[in-house]
Amino acid sequence: MLRLRDVDVALNVEGRMRPVLIGLNLDLAEGEALGLVGESGSGKSMTVRTITRLLPQGARVGGSVEFDGRDVLAMRPAELRAFRGSDVGVVFQDPRAAINPTHRIGEFLGEALTVNRGVGKAEAARRAAELLASVGIDDAERRLRQYPHELSGGMLQRVMIASVLAAEPRLILADEPTTALDVTIQAEVVGILDRLRRERAMGMVFITHDLDLALAVCDRVAVMYAGSVVEVRSARDLHETARHPYTIGLLGSRPSIEERAERLAAIPGRPVSAFEAGTGCAFASRCAFARDVCRSVRPRLETFQDGLVRCHRVEEIHEHAVA
Amino acid sequence: MGPSGTAAALFLLVMVMAAVFASVLAPADPNTGSLLDNYQGSSADHLLGTDGIGRDILSRLIYGARTSLLGPALVVGVSIAVGIPLALLGAWYGGMVDATVARLLDLVYALPGLLLAVLTVALFGPGMTPAVVALSIAYVPFLSRIVRAAARQQRVSPYVDALTVQGFSVFRISVRHILRNIGPVVLGQAAIAFGYALLDLASLSYLGLAVQAPTADWGVMVSDTDALLKGYSMPVFLPGVLIVGSVLSLTVLGARISGERPERHPVFGRVFGHRFGQAFGRSGGGGVGRAVGSEDGHTVGSQDSHAVGSQDSHAVGAESERGQADASSA
Repeated sequence: MLRLRDVDVALNVEGRMRPVLIGLNLDLAEGEALGLVGESGSGKSMTVRTITRLLPQGARVGGSVEFDGRDVLAMRPAELRAFRGSDVGVVFQDPRAAINPTHRIGEFLGEALTVNRGVGKAEAARRAAELLASVGIDDAERRLRQYPHELSGGMLQRVMIASVLAAEPRLILADEPTTALDVTIQAEVVGILDRLRRERAMGMVFITHDLDLALAVCDRVAVMYAGSVVEVRSARDLHETARHPYTIGLLGSRPSIEERAERLAAIPGRPVSAFEAGTGCAFASRCAFARDVCRSVRPRLETFQDGLVRCHRVEEIHEHAVA
Repeated sequence: MGPSGTAAALFLLVMVMAAVFASVLAPADPNTGSLLDNYQGSSADHLLGTDGIGRDILSRLIYGARTSLLGPALVVGVSIAVGIPLALLGAWYGGMVDATVARLLDLVYALPGLLLAVLTVALFGPGMTPAVVALSIAYVPFLSRIVRAAARQQRVSPYVDALTVQGFSVFRISVRHILRNIGPVVLGQAAIAFGYALLDLASLSYLGLAVQAPTADWGVMVSDTDALLKGYSMPVFLPGVLIVGSVLSLTVLGARISGERPERHPVFGRVFGHRFGQAFGRSGGGGVGRAVGSEDGHTVGSQDSHAVGSQDSHAVGAESERGQADASSA
C-alpha cells in the first residue's frame, strides 16, 4: 500500500542544505502495522512529514513515495488534499499543541466529518459522539461542548485519534502518540489505537523510541539510524534474529526487570545525524565490527534471513551469533 | 475588562447611539438657527447653548457623531478588507509571496497618512470621499502588519500542520482557524485604528479638507475660530471633548480586546493616580499620548507617528519588525 524508494530529504538550515533522510526505503502492506524506531534525530518524524508532504519550506525531496501506486510527491494540490483528507490520518505527538485550542471538541470533530466526508451538521454531531464512544470517552454530549483545555492529555489524544478515524483513512501515521502522555495513560492510548486499527483493518506506521512498545504493537519493526533504515524484522522474533550491530546494541541497552545491573549497557559514542554521516556506513564510528570497507562504502539495505539489513558484515555477524 | 475598559465601552456606546438615533435625540435642526440667538449659554431651549449663528450645539454634536464616526468606520472597513487577506496570504505562503506583501506594506507605511490625504484632496478637491479613500490606503499597513506577524506565529504552530494533514484547504485554515485565533489582535488593532482615523479625519475637517462647513461634524466644529476670538469656548471645547473621549476610549478598548495588561503611564500615572494613569498609559503610544507629547517606554516611534498602542505577546513580532523597517529606512 505504501512504498518509499530511495527517499532523500534535505532541509534548508540557514541557507545550507542539510540532509535528514538518506536513501530511505520502506514498505507497508495493507492492514499491516510497522514500527519505526530510532533515536531522536534519526529521521522518524521526517519520514511521516515526507509521506504527508508536510515538510518545511525550502526542503528538497528526492526518490518516490507511492501510495496505492500513486506518487504522493508528484500530486497536484487538489489530489494531495484528497489524499490527506481521506487516505491518511496522522496522530501527532502532543495533542495539546496539535488541536486548535479555540475550537470546541464538537467543532473539531465536526469539521473533519463535514469537510472530508460531506455529512450534514446533525449527522456530524451524531457521528462525533459515536467516535468519542469508540475511543472510550463516555459522556460524549458534554465532551463535545468542551474546549481542549478542559480535557486531560490522555483524553485529548483519544479525541485526536477520533478525529483521524472520522476520515476513515486506510493508513494511520502515529508520530510518538504517547510520548507527551503520562506513563499510566500510555498503555491505554496505545491499546485503543491498536484495537481500532485491527477492527478497521487500517495500516499503521507507529513511530516511537520505545523498542519494546513497538514490538508489542507492530507486525514488523524498522530501525532507523542517521536518516535511513538499517534493519527491518518481524516484531515477533527481533530479539533472536536482529543482525545489524545497531539493533543488537539497542536490544542490549534496555534495562531488564529480572536482573539487577550496576550500569546499563550503552552503545559507545553518540548518535550521528544524517548530515554528519560520511560516505561509508553511518554507524561505522560506533560499531565494534567496523572494517575499512564500512568507513568508505555505504552498505545497501539487503534481504537477509526474512528481513532487511544494511550492513557489510552481516554474514559474519550472523555466523558468530548462531555459533 | 476592568473599570477603564467598561467606561470606554459605555462612552462609545453613547456616541454610537447618538449617531444612530440622531434624528430622534436631537432637540433641534443642527443646521438652522436664529442669528438673534447666537452665543447663548445653557438654557432650557438650548441645553448646551448655541454657536455664532444661533445653531443648537447639542444637536450639532449629536448629528456630528454621524459624520465623525462614519468616516473612520469606512477607513477601518476598507483597510481590514484589503489588509487582512494580504496578511493571511503572506503568512501562509511565506517566501517570495510574504516578502512582496511585506515590502508593499512597508512602502505604504512610509507614507504619512495625513500627507497622503492632503495630496489627494489637492488633486480631487476637498470632501469626505477623497479623504476617506486616502486614509483607507494609509491605514492598510497599520492593520495588516500586526495581523501578518500574529498569523505567521500561528502558521508554524502544530495545530496548523494537523489541520493541513486533515486535508483542509488553505482558505479554510486561514480564515476559520488562524484568523479566528488571532481575532482579538485584529479587533483590538481595528479599534485603535478607528481612534486614529477619527483623529485624522477630524484634523482634516478642521483644516477644511474633508467634511465641509455647514455639515455638523466634530472636526468642523472645532475649527470655529470665530467663537474663540469672541471669547466663547463652548462651541469649540465640547466637540473637542468628544473627539478626545472617543479616541481615548477606542485605544483603551483596543488594548483591552487584544488582551493587553494595563500599565501605569510614566507621567500620567503619577499625576492622575493609578486608574486614570493606566488609561493614559494605554493610549501613550499614539492618539492622545502623541498629542500631549508623551511616549511610553514600550512604544517604538516611527516616521509617520502612528505608533502601535498594543504590544502584547502577539505583537512582539511586529514590533521587532518595525524596528527593522525603521533601521532600513533610516
